[in-house]
Amino acid sequence: MENKTDITPSQTVGPFFAYGITPEQYGYGYTQIATANLVASKNIQGERIRIVGRVVDGAGNAIPDAVIEIWQADSLGSYSNPAFLGFGRVGTGTSVDNSFAFETIKPGRIGNEAPHINVIVLMRGLLTHAFTRIYFSDEDVANQNDPLLVTVPVARKHTLIAQRVPQSHRVEYQYDIFMQGERETVFFEF
Amino acid sequence: MNSPVKEVHPPYIFPPYKSTILRGPTKPLLPMHDSLRSLRAPVFGQSVISKFDHDLTKNGIVNGEPIGERIVVAGTVSDESGRPVKNTLVEIWQANAAGRYVHKVDQHNAPLDPNFFGGGRCLTDEMGRYKFYTIKPGAYPWGNHANAWRPNHIHLSLFGNHIISRLVTQMYFPGDPLLEHDPILNGVPKLYRHLLLSAFKFELTEEGFALGYEFNIVLAGKNKTPFES
Ligand SMILES: [Fe+3]
Repeated sequence: MENKTDITPSQTVGPFFAYGITPEQYGYGYTQIATANLVASKNIQGERIRIVGRVVDGAGNAIPDAVIEIWQADSLGSYSNPAFLGFGRVGTGTSVDNSFAFETIKPGRIGNEAPHINVIVLMRGLLTHAFTRIYFSDEDVANQNDPLLVTVPVARKHTLIAQRVPQSHRVEYQYDIFMQGERETVFFEF
Repeated sequence: MNSPVKEVHPPYIFPPYKSTILRGPTKPLLPMHDSLRSLRAPVFGQSVISKFDHDLTKNGIVNGEPIGERIVVAGTVSDESGRPVKNTLVEIWQANAAGRYVHKVDQHNAPLDPNFFGGGRCLTDEMGRYKFYTIKPGAYPWGNHANAWRPNHIHLSLFGNHIISRLVTQMYFPGDPLLEHDPILNGVPKLYRHLLLSAFKFELTEEGFALGYEFNIVLAGKNKTPFES
């Protein structure tokens, strides 16, 4: 057996992360490694989509100081496309309703996995980050056979599925993250 | 109590830190599928690093030197098996010497330093080493409870090689009398709190310039060679 070292414990991202890790979004004079727009460069293959949502606390309020990171494959299901990093980061609190919005492409299937996006949730009051996923409401068949989604209790599956917004002039999905309560989002061990 | 699976991490609900009460997940976490355990993390290269990103004593200069005690913060990033995590991104942010953040919402009545920004980043080298120059951050008050003060700390964010390696944490300073009163640090089980303390290292001190602190970071996940993955 290999000797395992204790990993470094997690701590909250705190209330004052904005100038450090999302400075462009919040108007500080510093660059950030990734933004909410994953398709800034034009020659990226795939269907353009927008994912809009809020992070909601146990009292039902939209949280104004959370950080959402997404990590996804390209339209062919690859995580190593030099033209598409596949990572996005956004803070909440810069829009009136505290919502966030990612501009990206719809990821492809990966083997037998349904199209999905990995999500990391960070905020003041979260001592260890939370890990979840976004699946898509218009991928019913693929979702029914997804090896991770089949492990989720039926009554909670909807918390992982972004709902396609009808009658939008663009392809838009609604995906709220509920930290607690009746509709608490399914979070995964990591 | 609803806790992350790794016992070193703080629980999601830790009532002494009041903001956890309405924000921490309350339902048990679901097991992660194997495909996720081996999923690699995004890789950020030199393209996201500018010349003074690792030097917070210089990257915010407007018309003079920042005020405070200059320090070196350096260490290694390794995985659970002790292998170095090479070329991985380390982001940091912190308050200035007076305990004030550049952040617009920080209302603490302590002076901003026009020559100190407080944010930076770097990549680890081939040995997993990183090194920052900065100003020792001051303690600051917060609203968690009566007369609450955060100990001196630096925020850090790392990706590592796998998505399960992602870590956002805070580094503290040895001998700080506020440590035992801090519900954020004390959210970590007692046995593991020492892992968040940096160590004063005379060897890291630079003569005539800065004192040195060492902070070594261990990320979850095995550092697989390309052969294994
Ligand atoms: Fe802080």
